[in-house]
Amino acid sequence: MNIKTINAPLNDQDVLSLKAGDNVLVNGVVYTARDAAHKKLVALIDSGAPLPIELKGQIIYYVGPTPAKPGQVIGSAGPTTSGRMDAYTPKMLEHGMKACIGKGLRSQAVIEALQKYKGVYLAAVGGAGALLSKKIKKCEVVAYPELGAEAIHRLEVEEFPATVINDAYGNDLYSEGARSYAR
Amino acid sequence: MRELSVSVITDTVAGMCEEANIYLGDDVSTALKQSLEVEESPTGKEVLKQLIDNLEIAKNEQIPICQDTGFAVFFVEIGQDVHLTGGTLEEAINAGVKKGYTDGYLRKSIVKDPLYDRKNTGDNTPAVIYTDLVPGDKVKIAFAPKGGGSENMSAVKMLKPADGEEGLIDFVVNHVKAAGPNPCPPIVVGVGIGGTFDKVAVNSKKALFRPVGQPNPDQKYAGLEKKILDKINDLGVGPQGFGGRVFALAVHIETYPSHIASMAAAVNINCHACRHLEKTI
Ligand code: SF4
Repeated sequence: MNIKTINAPLNDQDVLSLKAGDNVLVNGVVYTARDAAHKKLVALIDSGAPLPIELKGQIIYYVGPTPAKPGQVIGSAGPTTSGRMDAYTPKMLEHGMKACIGKGLRSQAVIEALQKYKGVYLAAVGGAGALLSKKIKKCEVVAYPELGAEAIHRLEVEEFPATVINDAYGNDLYSEGARSYAR
Repeated sequence: MRELSVSVITDTVAGMCEEANIYLGDDVSTALKQSLEVEESPTGKEVLKQLIDNLEIAKNEQIPICQDTGFAVFFVEIGQDVHLTGGTLEEAINAGVKKGYTDGYLRKSIVKDPLYDRKNTGDNTPAVIYTDLVPGDKVKIAFAPKGGGSENMSAVKMLKPADGEEGLIDFVVNHVKAAGPNPCPPIVVGVGIGGTFDKVAVNSKKALFRPVGQPNPDQKYAGLEKKILDKINDLGVGPQGFGGRVFALAVHIETYPSHIASMAAAVNINCHACRHLEKTI
């Protein structure tokens, strides 16, 4: 199986080289955010205030890990359902985010925004939290510590496995994949 | 009358919370390994391999299988000849959940008020507890941590008796199809048929406590389970919804007698992290 490597942060070229169905390994820095953090970030964008993280070229990972035991970098850390972020994602893309990692279906508005702003939506394997936690080499809270597991964390990842679901060309692995195996 | 201190229940429950979240039962891990032989899609195979590796890592490094360590759901059968001492069953179970989720570094995912004050209770309580009085002097505790992603993909429908087998199959298959990748396939599909609106929902949950792949004891329903499973897998949704043969590992049906005017049906989906554990005290 052909696997591509991508290094965060990403530029337009990186994004355009990815197609729905590609399997990738992600290296570099990614930031975590779930609904609560998205709500805060988008409120700041709307009011024109500066953001606690630079969104340009960034990959956002939708995750709320279990607490780390002493000596662990992070607890179990698989993706959460992406649909809950749909309301915020077009605005995040407009302000420079290049990719997001989660699991599950996205809205039509998100799929269109990925084309418009040149972004990709990746899925990591939902429920593989123990395996994925081993790909995270460093973890620190950089914003909204009061949100606990939902705070924005800066993660350093190595060979973090994901699959391209929606690319910048409007392709969708969820519909195409099922179509090719249906009988 | 056998006397049983509720502290024993608390300790048992605490241990079960940790165990269920770190070690996936042999029933599910065997089903995952078998599905690897059936899967045709290369990406689907890769997903299944990751899930099998994930179980090993979880076990060896004592990390929860999945970060969503769930709503704590219990079905408790209490023998009529047991006298519980030192507190109530409900308090004892919740104390066990609190201890297990705190000491085991499990995620606390429960908020106090569903609508207004969505503040985390901080210890994953309260649990959802169903009790049955049964003959004997034992207490049987069945526990499942139920993830939100798959739980959100559930439904109850009051079908008409005239909808028959075909109507039931359509309801289940269409519902599962719409859920698609969201409940982290490969999934286990719990189906309740019959009873009232509430009873059928509980039965669809109870179905998820059955060892994966163990058929309904009634041949007719065992046949229906197989028929629905094939239809679900023919959708081609595959592991994680990436396309492939294995969308579901099993369909489990639980039935109850029905009112002459009704045919209640419910679907409760579980992910591959189909964690469930049973202990008898
Ligand atoms: S649906 Fe299951 S495997 Fe997926 S994130 Fe939720 S608990 Fe984990």
